[in-house]
Amino acid sequence: MNARAAFALLGAVLLALFVVGEVRRRAGPSAAGRRFFRHPPAAWGMFILTFFVAVALAAPWVAPYGPSITLEIVALKNQPPSLLHPLGTDLYSRDVWSRLVYGSRVSLSIGALAMLVAVTVGAVVGAVAGYVRRWVDTALMRLVDVGLAVPRIFLLLMAIALWEHLPLALLVLLIGLTGWFGTSRLVRAEVLTLRERDFVAAARAAGAGGPRIIFRHVLPNVAAPIIVSAALGIGNVMLLEAGLSFLGLGVPPPMPSWGNMIADGAAQLATAPWTTVFPGVAIALVVMALNAVGDALRDAFDPRRATA
Amino acid sequence: MSELLLRVRDLKTYFVTEQGGGTARAVDGVSFDLHAGETLGLVGESGCGKTVTSLSLLRLVPEPPGHILPGSFVELEGRNLLVLAPKELRAIRGNEMAMIFQEPMTSLNPVFTVGDQIAEAAIVHQRLGRRAARARAIEMLALVGIPDPETRVDSYPHQLSGGMRQRVMIAMALVCHPKVLIADEPTTALDVTIQAQILELLARLQTELGMAVILITHDLGIVAGTVDRVLVMYAGEVVETAATPELFARPLHPYTEGLLASVPRLDTPWPRRRLHSIPGQVPAATAWPSGCRFHPRCPYAWDRCVAEDPPLLDAGTGDPGSHGVRCWLLAEPARRTRQRPP
Amino acid sequence: MTTEFPLVLVHNLVKRFAAGRGLWGFGRSRGVVAAVDDVSFHIPPGQTLGLVGESGCGKTTVGRTILRLVEPDGGRVVVDGADIFALKATELRAVRRRMQIVFQDPYGSLNPRMSVRQTLVEPLVIHRLANGAKGERERRIDALLEEVGLDRRLAGSYPHELSGGQRQRVGIARALSVEPKFLVLDEPVSALDVSVQAQVLNLLSDLQERRHLTYLFIAHDLAVVRQIADEVAVMYLGKLVERAPAAVLYRSPRHPYTASLLSAVPVPDPNAQRQRIVLTGDVPSPAHPPPGCAFHPRCPHPKKDERCRTVPPPLREVAAGQLAACHFAEEPMP
Repeated sequence: MNARAAFALLGAVLLALFVVGEVRRRAGPSAAGRRFFRHPPAAWGMFILTFFVAVALAAPWVAPYGPSITLEIVALKNQPPSLLHPLGTDLYSRDVWSRLVYGSRVSLSIGALAMLVAVTVGAVVGAVAGYVRRWVDTALMRLVDVGLAVPRIFLLLMAIALWEHLPLALLVLLIGLTGWFGTSRLVRAEVLTLRERDFVAAARAAGAGGPRIIFRHVLPNVAAPIIVSAALGIGNVMLLEAGLSFLGLGVPPPMPSWGNMIADGAAQLATAPWTTVFPGVAIALVVMALNAVGDALRDAFDPRRATA
Repeated sequence: MSELLLRVRDLKTYFVTEQGGGTARAVDGVSFDLHAGETLGLVGESGCGKTVTSLSLLRLVPEPPGHILPGSFVELEGRNLLVLAPKELRAIRGNEMAMIFQEPMTSLNPVFTVGDQIAEAAIVHQRLGRRAARARAIEMLALVGIPDPETRVDSYPHQLSGGMRQRVMIAMALVCHPKVLIADEPTTALDVTIQAQILELLARLQTELGMAVILITHDLGIVAGTVDRVLVMYAGEVVETAATPELFARPLHPYTEGLLASVPRLDTPWPRRRLHSIPGQVPAATAWPSGCRFHPRCPYAWDRCVAEDPPLLDAGTGDPGSHGVRCWLLAEPARRTRQRPP
Repeated sequence: MTTEFPLVLVHNLVKRFAAGRGLWGFGRSRGVVAAVDDVSFHIPPGQTLGLVGESGCGKTTVGRTILRLVEPDGGRVVVDGADIFALKATELRAVRRRMQIVFQDPYGSLNPRMSVRQTLVEPLVIHRLANGAKGERERRIDALLEEVGLDRRLAGSYPHELSGGQRQRVGIARALSVEPKFLVLDEPVSALDVSVQAQVLNLLSDLQERRHLTYLFIAHDLAVVRQIADEVAVMYLGKLVERAPAAVLYRSPRHPYTASLLSAVPVPDPNAQRQRIVLTGDVPSPAHPPPGCAFHPRCPHPKKDERCRTVPPPLREVAAGQLAACHFAEEPMP
């Protein structure tokens, strides 16, 4: 670790603290804010997420080496953590910390983008099914039933097997397209009640058509469950990506992702555990943080469900 | 005068609000007496504290965020309800003092038959066996006028109409022949023809069983026809109290006056005239106005009203204390001329 | 009764609802409820027709069907010359400007995520109104708020920051924003406190006079309807049972149900000696209306007979301008 990286790291920590502090200061006093912060893990989760996002964004500064830089091939292979390499080196003589940092970019963005795809498709499908009803609803929901019945990992494996060399963008899209079914059911349930509300009837009486009602009246009021579902879903996607990478089917080397780092280091678990453990801990931390924040968001948005 | 059943003195129930918006003083010093066989009406609009008052009598107010202040006094037949241990309190609830609520659908448990729910009170308080309790439930259903009680006793709440559910609620409340029945807006959710049936039922049961009833409502028509004595509440306080004929003949508090003038009624002469309306709106319980709480909306208010909250003053008609009015106009009657446009 | 051509004409309106379907939504419907069963009336311009009845009588469905918020199953409705049920979707949108609705529940009738300004501007946007000069829409919104008695500064508020009365005024302002001629008022004051009720009723009267509006005032509270209606129609189980000018209906009703309804309404006068007609039994389920006259099982008329049980009475004129559906309408109850 060199001095620049150390300072950048410190900067990331301070930034994360600052952001959490600011959010607490601004949103904290409101009713929803208080419900959110009533969960101690929520603030911690927010800190962890901000920290990792900051690290990912500032990767070139925080990481002393590039992600695929192979250092002295023999001498630095599988070295335990030291001052120079705070998280050690892996079997290809690469600095684990730097790879972790660059890997965070990959894992986090895959998580976020795939979830974005899933939530968008799910919300639109659910809203249309719930609002239009009749045969459209039935058809879409049967499709969702099928989607939920087929194990996601097998769908992905089949899709991946069809491509020689899977572009990352396509992987993200596929993960997203296999993960929208639950969200659509959630959204549809909300929409079914919402469409009976008088303000929807008022909009129709004013002459609003279907699309306007769905996008301006219905979906904004379903935002809360969607956001919560998204927060919790990113964690799932990250674990999925890690699993795929572990099987060798995810992010292709030498680009690091936390998943394929674990895969690389699995063979050395006994002799050089740091190569597997640190990326594993990183995933665990982020997923737990997302769950904590998602949980707290759920309570923040819905006053009736808040526990004391 | 029949025996005194319930004595309430200076009841205060406050709620701590999350917002940091201060304390909501929902009930702020309510006092009244209830005698056996009497029907007392608690009248007011939403936010006046009438429901919280009734919940406080049975200590059903959720403890945080609400609390009944020390200094409040609620005495049932000589026993102070506010200091009873939970076990003793439970022996009173449903047994000597019972309550029925506004929404029968949400007050009845949807997964139990109505017979089970009525029998529960009998089993808990009178220690009846299952079969005896069931017979009792059938008896009660007949008492409240439900046809075919032997079959209906096994119905679920959703199988009954709104009027029937309310009758079931009444049956549940009366199983143990309570001395005091608190009815919180019992007919508001019902159609007017069903409302008439329920009110008639309550009147009949009251004479048959000799109960006292506290009837909470916002409907002045119901008050006129059913109630012996009225307490008008506004902003957590009792602003006027009188026997029913006296209140309607001589409403002395400007709020009562305003209410009576703004209610649409069937007996006003044609051609119709514009309804009187009380300007402004009910203030929030966290920020009662200074002095007399009604002064911002009162057509007669002057500086004394802004500065000092009047006590309940005696109107001086009839028996002493029979007509109380919380208004400075009683002290300065000359001021009873409109100073602001109505 | 004026001789002007009516603004609103309703002929033989029918709306049925299916009661349950088998086979997970793909099967045929099991039963039919005639929520609105051959209802006809007309409203002259600038007048108010009060439509009263208890829960389940179909009055709310009448209001929504007239506006085609619910697709009808039969009948013809003409509003301001436009045959509502014959219009195509695009034509209907334009005609919607002329007829609007105010709902009962001030809490549910406003989108919680839209500010007052956004709620009021939406109809203007949909119909491309007030688009000319800069800031014209803002001015229009300010004028609307003032007209319904709300402070201009509330334009940026959200519904949860307003009281029930204020929300209801916003709902009225929204309905007025497109300058309609006809307003359906679906229990507009039922959810409000007594003192606010009076304010809103007065507001509605003022607006009617100032803008020459025509109202269909749907309510279950007969005293409220008496305050504002010129003519009153009474519904029971989907059918009209009586229709008369307000003064006549309240003074001398001809249908036993109307008489029972009137006698059941509590009057705030402890000295009122009224013969209370207390009906026995519950309102029958709309899915299984009784044969003959739908009211006969509960009817307290002393002359009730076999004909009532078998022959449905037609709605016919029994006195000048007064229609009733009862075999004994000429001999009303005392």
